[in-house]
Amino acid sequence: MIESDDFVQALQDIGFNFFTGVPDSILGGIIATLMERRLYTPAVREDEAVAMAAGAYMAGKIPAVLMQNSGLGTSLNTLVSLNLIYQQPCLLIISWRGFQGKDAPEHLVMGQTMTQLLDTVRIPHRTFSEPTAVEDLKWTAETFMKQRIPVALLLKKGVVKGLQP
Amino acid sequence: MEAILAVLTDQPVIICNGFPSREAFKLADRPTHFYMIGSMGVAPAIALGVALSKPNKKVVVFDGDGNVLMGMGTLATVGALKPPNFVHVVFDNEVYGSTGNQPTLSRIVRLEQVAKAAGYVNVEQVREREDLVYEFKDMLAKDGPSFLLVKVTEQAEDVDRVLLEPPEVTQRFKKAIESP
Repeated sequence: MIESDDFVQALQDIGFNFFTGVPDSILGGIIATLMERRLYTPAVREDEAVAMAAGAYMAGKIPAVLMQNSGLGTSLNTLVSLNLIYQQPCLLIISWRGFQGKDAPEHLVMGQTMTQLLDTVRIPHRTFSEPTAVEDLKWTAETFMKQRIPVALLLKKGVVKGLQP
Repeated sequence: MEAILAVLTDQPVIICNGFPSREAFKLADRPTHFYMIGSMGVAPAIALGVALSKPNKKVVVFDGDGNVLMGMGTLATVGALKPPNFVHVVFDNEVYGSTGNQPTLSRIVRLEQVAKAAGYVNVEQVREREDLVYEFKDMLAKDGPSFLLVKVTEQAEDVDRVLLEPPEVTQRFKKAIESP
């Protein structure tokens, strides 16, 4: 399991310097680290978060947005009618609730269809894992710079350490 | 809108979708304007991203009542984070102007009171042009976040769409606000 401190440091090392989002338990450790480092601006909804990221990008920052995959539904219109068409890149760090159907009922449909949904709206995505962590982050940085649109890194439970040891 | 566009110089201005963007584009197009065409409700969120990243620039939002009602949660985010360089102007015509003047809830719900409760530091409501200019200049000069509710009449004026491609709007705005 990757320490959240190392994960955040790796993101900072490739240039990310504006972080916002809405919490999820899987992302708890990362958000705690970001808050310790005073890098995190909390949002109340995921569409607000991706719009803040758009503003930060235009003001010279390199933004990342953290959200549970349910937030993909909340932010979809903003992603497609702002970030995508205006070419305002941001990294979406999305926790994969409902993976393989093992979660509470409200997460099952999104857990099953999230990658198809991302494909449909043409948001490039990749599932982050410990053995491929270096390539995953390299892919993230390259896609971000080249395509200038939101890219998604999907995070399953237990890949980056949460709040509980 | 014309009255306060005349007061502005090089401040970043985020302008919500619908008539506000079309009008601002027609009245005084500037590279410091970010015109929205979709993503209703998130103009202040975009402005917040700019304001937090550019603390030395006063960031202005031109918003509408339908927009504020749709993204009301962002009033809480602004009120809690209290960026001092944030001026939120809401043109309140009490209707969805771009889609046929259907009524919004702003004739019942007092948006300026919502902003005040959310934690905006300066909150004013105006109806007359000279009050508008006076209050807007005042808000540009002092620390915010500030909320200026401008009660306007329904306008059915024919204004063209913004004649810029969205990626062009992004790059032009990004470049125009580059200096710290």
